[in-house]
Order: sequence, then C-alpha cells, then structure tokens
Amino acid sequence: MNDVLTVRGLSVTVRDTALVSDVDLTVGAGERVGLIGESGSGKSLTALSILGLLPEDVRAGGSVRLDGVDHELVGADERRMSRVRGRDIAMVFQEPMTALNPTMRIGDQLAEAMLIHKTLAKPAARTAAADLLDRVQLPAETLRAYPHQLSGGQRQRVVLALALANDPALLICDEPTTALDVTVQALVLDLIVRGVVDRSSALLFITHDLAVVATVCERVLVMYGGRVVEAGPVAEVFTRPRHRYTEGLLAASDLETTSRRLTTIPGNVPPAGRFPSGCVFRTRCAHATALCEETPPWTGSETAGFACHHPAGVGND
Amino acid sequence: MKRLNPSLIAGGVIVTVIVLMALVSFVWTPYDATLVTPTSRLLKPSWEHWFGTDKFGRDVLSQIMVGSRTTLFVGVVAVGVAAVIGVPLGILAAMVRRWPSEVIMRANDLLLAFPALLLAIMFGAVFGASTLTAMVAIGIASVPSFARVIRSGALQVMRTEYVLAARAAGRQPFPIALRHVLPNVTSLITVQASVSFAIAVLAEAALSFLGYGTPPPTPSWGRMLQESQEFLFTAPRLAIFPGIAIAIAVLGFNLLGDGLRDRFDPKLEDRR
Amino acid sequence: MTEHIPTTHELETPTAIQVVDLVRDYPRPRTSLFQPAPVVHALRGVSLEVKQGERFGIVGESGCGKSTLLRLIAALDRATSGHVIVEDTDITRLPERRLRSLRENLQLVFQDPMSSLDPRMRVRDIIAEPLVVQGHPASGERVRELLEAVGLSADAGDRYPHQFSGGQRQRISIARALAPRPRILIADEPVSALDVSVRAQVLNLISDLVDELDLTLVFVSHDLSVVKHVCDRVAVMNAGQIVETGYTGDVYAAPQHPYTQRLVSAIPTLQRALSGATTADLLAKGESA
Repeated sequence: MNDVLTVRGLSVTVRDTALVSDVDLTVGAGERVGLIGESGSGKSLTALSILGLLPEDVRAGGSVRLDGVDHELVGADERRMSRVRGRDIAMVFQEPMTALNPTMRIGDQLAEAMLIHKTLAKPAARTAAADLLDRVQLPAETLRAYPHQLSGGQRQRVVLALALANDPALLICDEPTTALDVTVQALVLDLIVRGVVDRSSALLFITHDLAVVATVCERVLVMYGGRVVEAGPVAEVFTRPRHRYTEGLLAASDLETTSRRLTTIPGNVPPAGRFPSGCVFRTRCAHATALCEETPPWTGSETAGFACHHPAGVGND
Repeated sequence: MKRLNPSLIAGGVIVTVIVLMALVSFVWTPYDATLVTPTSRLLKPSWEHWFGTDKFGRDVLSQIMVGSRTTLFVGVVAVGVAAVIGVPLGILAAMVRRWPSEVIMRANDLLLAFPALLLAIMFGAVFGASTLTAMVAIGIASVPSFARVIRSGALQVMRTEYVLAARAAGRQPFPIALRHVLPNVTSLITVQASVSFAIAVLAEAALSFLGYGTPPPTPSWGRMLQESQEFLFTAPRLAIFPGIAIAIAVLGFNLLGDGLRDRFDPKLEDRR
Repeated sequence: MTEHIPTTHELETPTAIQVVDLVRDYPRPRTSLFQPAPVVHALRGVSLEVKQGERFGIVGESGCGKSTLLRLIAALDRATSGHVIVEDTDITRLPERRLRSLRENLQLVFQDPMSSLDPRMRVRDIIAEPLVVQGHPASGERVRELLEAVGLSADAGDRYPHQFSGGQRQRISIARALAPRPRILIADEPVSALDVSVRAQVLNLISDLVDELDLTLVFVSHDLSVVKHVCDRVAVMNAGQIVETGYTGDVYAAPQHPYTQRLVSAIPTLQRALSGATTADLLAKGESA
C-alpha cells in the first residue's frame, strides 16, 4: 500500500528565522499518527505547510507529496491547493467557531462542502448532510441551526462532519479538543477515531497532550524547537523513550507519581526561533556535553528513531 | 521588531509638516499675512507671490502658513476639551454598577445625536463668535465618541485578572482607574485624539465658512474659503489652495489615527 | 495508587473557609420588554468547609460555577443568598472598607499568565502592589525575597511582564499573591495555560510554598488528575452544585456520583492508553445523560 502523505526535509522560515527544520514525516494509508509538541515546537506550522495555509510572510521549503495528487504541495499555487484541500486532505482546527461561517445554516455549509468538489449533486448533498450529522451523533434539526446556536462541542462535531464530508484520504486535526471540556473531549475523540476508521482515512493528530495521543494514535512523532526529536510506535516511545526530551516530558507529565514533588525539566521553553543551535534541547538537558553543539544525526529507521547524542536507555542510566 | 505601517508614516509626515509650518510662521512668512495692499489685488501665482494674492492684496501663502496656527489651536482645544471630559466619563461608565452606567451612556447617546455644528453656532450666539468658543463647543460635541471608545477599552481592562488581583489585594476603585485602567487605554486615547483632531479641523473650516468661527482679521483656512466665494469662477485658485490645505490636514490626522490603531492593535502585532 | 494520607485535619482543626448554602443568580439582558429578565443560576446552594492547612480542590467543567464560587469566597462578587465565612468572619455582606483583613489573608493566583499581570507595570511594582495597598512600606528587600522564593533572579524586578515566558509570569503572579503574607491561597486553574514541561515546575513551587508557609490552599481546576496530585480533598461541581466531596484518592478511584464517574472515565491517561484503552473506553459505560 502506498503512503498517503510523504514529507521530506520540510522547513518553515519567517524572515531568516527558522521555525521548523528538516522534518521528515510519513503517514501510511489508514494509519493514525500523532505529532506531539509544546509551544514553539513547530507542530502547527508543520500542519499548515502541508495544507499550504501558512501566513503570507512565512515560507516553506522541502517536499510534501500526497498519494493521488500528481504535484508537489510545497509552493503549489492557490488554485491547485484549493482542489486538494477538503477533498484529499481535510483539517479540523482548535477553535470551531472560526471554522464555521456564522451567517450560514449548518446544512448549507455541509452541502456546500460536497458541492465545491462536485462529489455529489444538489439533492443528494442534502441527504448526505443529514447522514453526516447522524454519524457525529447530532440530530437532523441541527441542519437548520446557525453556528452560534450550538455549544463548543457540537460545533467541533459539525467541523468534523465537514472535514469528513468528502471522505478525505488524510484528516489533520490540530488540537481539536484543547478548547473542550473533558467529557466532551472524550466524545469528540471517539468520533474522530471512528470517522477515520470507517472511511479508512489516515489521521495526523497534533496535540500537546501525551495521554490523548497515546489513546488516539498508533505511531507518534515528538517535536521540540522545530525539529522531530523522536519517532516510533506509541507503546515504544512512551515506555522506552530514547531522546532526553521525550524522557523528561514523560516524567514531567506523570501525575500518578506517589511523591509529592513532580519530576521537572529545568528552564523554560524558548520562544519560537530562539532555540539553541546543534541539539535544540541542549540548554535544558542534564546530559548535554560539548558534543551536543553539533546537530545530532538521526538514529534508527525513518518511522522509528531519535536524534540524540546521549540517548536514554543505554547502559545504566 | 515592529514595522512602521505606511499610514503611520504618511500621517506622521503630513502632521509634522503642518506643525513645522505653524512654527515657522511665528518667525517668518513671505509677507505680513494681514497686510492689505490695494495695489496688488488678485495677483496670479508668481515668483513674488507663489500662491498669488486675494481681493485685499494679501499674500495667500502667508495666510495659509499663519492659518495653520489656527488649525492646530483649534484641534488642540477641541481634543483637549473632549479628552478631559470624555476619558474620565468613559472610565467611570465602565467601573460603576449597571444602572448609573446606563444613565451615563444614554446621556452620551443624546449628546451624540445633537448636531455638532448647531451646538457651535448656539455657543457662538450666546458667548460671542470666536475660535475658542467654537472649539469648546466642538470639543463638547466630541465627548460622546471619546467616552464610548474609552468605555469599551476600560471594560476590557476591568475584566482582566490583574484588576481582579488588585481588587483582591484591597485596591480602591480610584487607584485602580488611575494605575491600571488609564495606562492601558492610552493607545485608544491617542487614536481617538487624532481622529477627533481631523473632525475639529473640518468643523472649524465649516464654521468659519458660515461666519461663526474665527473672526477677521486672524487668518483661517475656512474663512479664506468663504472669502473666495465671489471669485469662484474668475480666480478659483483662491478656493483651491485653502481647500487643499484643509483636505491634506484632515487626511494627515486621519492617517495618523489609522496608523496608530494598527500599530497598537495587539492582534495585528502578534501576527507572525 | 497511594493517596496522601491526611493527618492533621481532625475535628479540632479550625475551619479556614466555610460556605453555607450559597446561591448566586445573574440577570441576563432582557429579551422582551414585558417579561422579566431571564436569570442564570450560577450557584444553586453550595456548601463546603475547608480546614486550616488543608489542600482543597474544586473540580468542574466550564460553566459549572467554580469561578463564581471563587469570586464569592474572595469577596469580589455579591451572593444572592447564603454565607461565606472566612476565618470566623462572615464576609458575605461586609462593605469593602471592613474587608481589610480578608484582603491581606486571602490571595489569588489566576489562570491566564497573559492577563493576570498589568502589561504597563514593572514586575517589582506588580509584586509590591498588595503591600502598598495595605499601607506597608514596599521595601526592595521584600520584593527581592519574594522573587527568590518563586525562583526568579533579583533583576527580574526591573523588567516588564511581556519579557517573561508563561511559566515565569505565573511565578510572578505567585510572588504577588504571597507578598502580604496571606494564610489562604486560592489558585484558579494556575497551570491550565502552561506547557507540560513547565507545569510540573509550577505545581512543585505551589506545593513547596504551601508547605513552607503553612498555607491553606484552594485549588480550582477542570483537570481532576492535577487536582488529585495537589489536593487532599476535592469537591466536584456540576451545574452550580457540588455533586460529590471526598478525599481525592477515593473520588478518583471510586467515584460515587454518575457525573463524577463520567468525568473520571473521560480523562485519558498514559497508563490506561498503554494498557490498550481506546477512545471508546473514555465514554463511560452505561452513559445515560
């Protein structure tokens, strides 16, 4: 089976400042991949550059290829990208209100999503809209509602229905549940997973929440300072982390610890573009040496590996 | 690094030129702006008189230079009056309970509905026509727009957690207004001031044109327009030069206001 | 899973905060001239008791009334009915001028590190504000001491809030709250806006300071797992009411109320996920609501 998404050497820069460097990323057909990172890690910029939705003064370099699309996505013009967006790739953003047109009824927005790419004729699109809402467990009356009449969770379900309207090969979700309550998050996460599994779509799920990624995804990439520092199967990365950042992050987010004090990573996350040269984590890393001033090479395979000079899980520490 | 936006630069340059012109006019003008010279009436623009002369033989360029003083004076007085009343009123309306705030804002709306020029003419009739009375009136008429803008800004500040923290520490309302609210609405005040400035300049011109503004012989761009009426077909330049001066000044202050707003707007600033 | 065993909160421990049948209704803007304005019932009769030196958590989702409850406890809002008693003083209907002791003894830390510090003030003035208000001389010495207590360097005082990261700003907030030497600290979602790698630092800091200074802590969060780590006891709120109160370990391990059961099962955790839990497992079995 072909890989749905292949990203090679992706970089994102704004006025000579590198925000994302050298990102390789592959998503197989029907695979659920998580992209984990804190603020400034470049995870959202990576998603936006796949869709060609970067702000004006931000430039992407490298290569982004999508299965079934015969052209390079980096640098593709708006006309070609708009044919890809919504049909081959769809996206769910963090804030559902901004993703919906406040002056249009939900039903019209759903129908429009299908009519744009001519996947269905008009009357059929209407019926399909009701069906889509049903699949995200919203009643048919929602068709006639306006976005402001819905709660945050309901809106995010509508956005999900919109994204899945044309059975995209790849669904990208950028912190889709961060603005939602825990109980609503549970439902939306379940609907996302069921939505992509039903359609055999692939999923690229971006979040800062380790537990959410572990629940939703099969494979995970960890980003820090605009670079992928570690990648691998969820069970592997979250139980036997190799990069020192992954290791620290796992320890810092472990609230189940019996000791009153939590394990911490020293220092603060630098602002975007102000990460150190060489290993981006070396200024906060307890294991850093002079060697870390050189950019660590990637160890392991393309889907499972890490970039660290002094990896964890070797010897006795 | 913040980048200066084009409207801010253009507005800044225009306003600076007007201020310089007013300053220079105190020490030097090509001719005495009020000097009547019957021998050189209605001269066309020439090397001696760049913008020509009017029906009394006064040099138009000199009048425009001296007139810029009136324009700036007008703006400062009107904006000063509007800000001194409008800013405290807006902050007050944001900080008091619901019904007194409603009373303030409805009274504000009432004043907003009253035509500014009519108010200025009434003031002129009661207190005697002068630049000062006209501009105090225009200033009072500009209070509502100040109060409105400042109130919405102050409401936002009042909702922040640092105001909550100050209240929890026992700060009284007046110090909160002074230390937290006022400093955080200064950008709004600046923007509103430059926009009101433009309105005041235009209002002064209109009032002088109607004969309720700056009385002769003090040069004023509005009165120059009025005096040029009878020569509109024979010597249109007499209307064109002060007209352009007014248009450029109004444009300059509006651009400055727009530019300042863009610069202060955190949403635009954070965009990367 | 072991819990923090409470040792000091026996019956004789004095009460720090007592809330009795607290109700708060907000009028909504009128929609019709002829009908009365609709009312939002933010709190519908809440009662709770926090012992001195206790770490008390309040958990609930957005709109459950936890922020309203906090504001009433801090006397920043007026109750419709009911009572708030802080250290033996009923503060519910006290005028501002008689709240002086509350304003010293009870301090708050807020959620949003961006909006909780006045962007136009230097850090040292921010931290000194509660001292100045209470009429204490705001000595540079005390400010330096506070900065050091929260792990910031002394020269941080000369800078402005925007020059700091989210985690550092939250430290500044904590320093400000500690300035008047309060006995009660109320933290409203203090780590919700922070990165995971910084969250642990701030939680440790709060924990350490509460121990060192012998504070009573009221910790409000939407995140039960954070509350479980920090607090001894927890109250779970839903729709303006407390649906369950208990020791955090017990509530987490064996929730009694259907809402709490739904809440607990909806929290994704690494352990559950790695032992094979899927998103379907987040939805409580036999979900009825």
